[in-house]
Amino acid sequence: MKVIKFANLLAFAIAISLGPVGCAHKPPPVTKFDDQGRPITGSGADQTAGSAGKLDTDSGISKSAGTEGIAMGNGHPGWPEDREALKADTIHFEYDSAVVKPAEHSKVTAVADYLKSNPSNAVKVEGHCDERGTDEYNRSLGERRAQAIRAELVKVGVDATRVDTVSFGRDRPVDTVHSDAAHRKNRRGEFVVLTPPK
Amino acid sequence: MRITTWIKHLCILTTSTAFCALGADVTVVGESGPGKERPVWVSISGVSGEALQVLQLDLYVQGFNFTNSEAAQYLINGRANGNFQANAVDKYGKRTVVSHAYSGESLRRQVHQFADDFVSALPELKRKPICRTKIAFKGESRPNSEIFVADFDGHNAQSVTKDGSIVAAPGWVSGRMALYYTSYKLNHADILYHNLSSGERKMFARYGGSNMSPAPSPDGSKVAMILSKDGWTDLYVQSAGGGSPVRLTKSPQDESSPCWSPDSQWICFASKEGERRALRKISAAGGQPHAINTGGLPNPTEPDWSPDNKWIAFTSQTRSGFQICVVGADGKDPTGLEVEGEDPSWAPNSRTLIFARRTGDGYILSLLDAPTKQVKDVSRISGSNSQSQPSWAK
Repeated sequence: MKVIKFANLLAFAIAISLGPVGCAHKPPPVTKFDDQGRPITGSGADQTAGSAGKLDTDSGISKSAGTEGIAMGNGHPGWPEDREALKADTIHFEYDSAVVKPAEHSKVTAVADYLKSNPSNAVKVEGHCDERGTDEYNRSLGERRAQAIRAELVKVGVDATRVDTVSFGRDRPVDTVHSDAAHRKNRRGEFVVLTPPK
Repeated sequence: MRITTWIKHLCILTTSTAFCALGADVTVVGESGPGKERPVWVSISGVSGEALQVLQLDLYVQGFNFTNSEAAQYLINGRANGNFQANAVDKYGKRTVVSHAYSGESLRRQVHQFADDFVSALPELKRKPICRTKIAFKGESRPNSEIFVADFDGHNAQSVTKDGSIVAAPGWVSGRMALYYTSYKLNHADILYHNLSSGERKMFARYGGSNMSPAPSPDGSKVAMILSKDGWTDLYVQSAGGGSPVRLTKSPQDESSPCWSPDSQWICFASKEGERRALRKISAAGGQPHAINTGGLPNPTEPDWSPDNKWIAFTSQTRSGFQICVVGADGKDPTGLEVEGEDPSWAPNSRTLIFARRTGDGYILSLLDAPTKQVKDVSRISGSNSQSQPSWAK
């Protein structure tokens, strides 16, 4: 029941999402692109349901972070986002580090308290980096930051399946100036509240 | 005499690498290898304007340079009256290398075709033609980015996505008009497969966490990628047909930027050895990773394995910036090319690289002939502030 609803939502999300591709000149070997947009089709939806849609039960969830990562659940595709509610709790990192500093722990607690008070909501942690470091290195680093925050939330009692993660690497700086001050602001983990679809 | 030398080189190569026949860059005179070769001298007469610009870029980024007819080895004489026609003479060999008149498509493409015919007609240089190949890259118009496909020199660029979102890390499927890349269109970092001929896209990986850095294997059978579905950012490989991803690394450290050996047996990726960032390679079937020596070149990331199996290009990061570097695929002779840039991708000729170079507020793409270190920027995309993450179709 729940799974069917989820699959519907996904199909909807995919249907609205992918816009038109460019149109073509002729001469070979130039690609011929369609004039009209093509949605993600066929096995796309199936595959989505088969991967993200499948409960990852047998990998289990280890709370003893350190020797294992904490497996991700299904995520919450299609849940409306609230970027304001936990804006004040953005966590900042040292250069090239994915360690949540002790000074930032009160923010983790605040987010955990919010989730306790709002039991139907979930949260997405977005990991970001400064411009130093190459693109895909930073994409991995941003994800490690998001995962580190997630692990801290789990430590203080949040159910791991309520925490999604995503990394934007260096693609979404809050400050585009090339300065240490800007870099400090950009090395961060943001919390986005996810509310159940109505 | 020259031919004999060349055959000797070829024999040595045959014993040392399995991929010698596929476009090994054999030089006739002097040392070979990244940063070690001198340009081959060419004179061009009778050509001007756009045709001259195209021809000079085409040859310059393949290790040729320009001089007068006395000093040149090859004399190119051409004419562009609507259509392009040209011939090239080898002054030392006393022969006409190539002589053609072209029609159809555009003047640019006719000149590219001549450059390819010229390079292909020089067996002593053993270079694969590249001037009619394609690149894919990420074009940014902040805060969004789209995937673009263009001629190798940046011309005729078209955006193949129009999602109004973020994309990253396009990677060509070998021999096909198809890409894998990361898309944030669905508020998640997903890996899509995109057939450029039909426009059809498929969701390839949408696991929990981020799905990053897709790299299709040269034989087309698998895709290496970085996933965080198990809580760490590790290297996984999945059949191109779908199925479950197989986890190849298990470490709380980061892994990033996988690439493949040309025989699709090995995956090279950026990782850590202890506290130091390092390149490693691992069998696509799993097992222990092996370190790849990058000498004194710090913080290596973004490896790319040359199609002839001889080199791995990568980015080294220092306090002051980023440098394009090359190391033998066997770990020999790590060399900084003293070219400021990031994210190199090999051309089919295993000597030219395309990379991204920081400028002001964004990036532009640039071509680098690794043996001679000759560099030339490619044309920019209008209306986009940054072009990066190039991938050269092979």
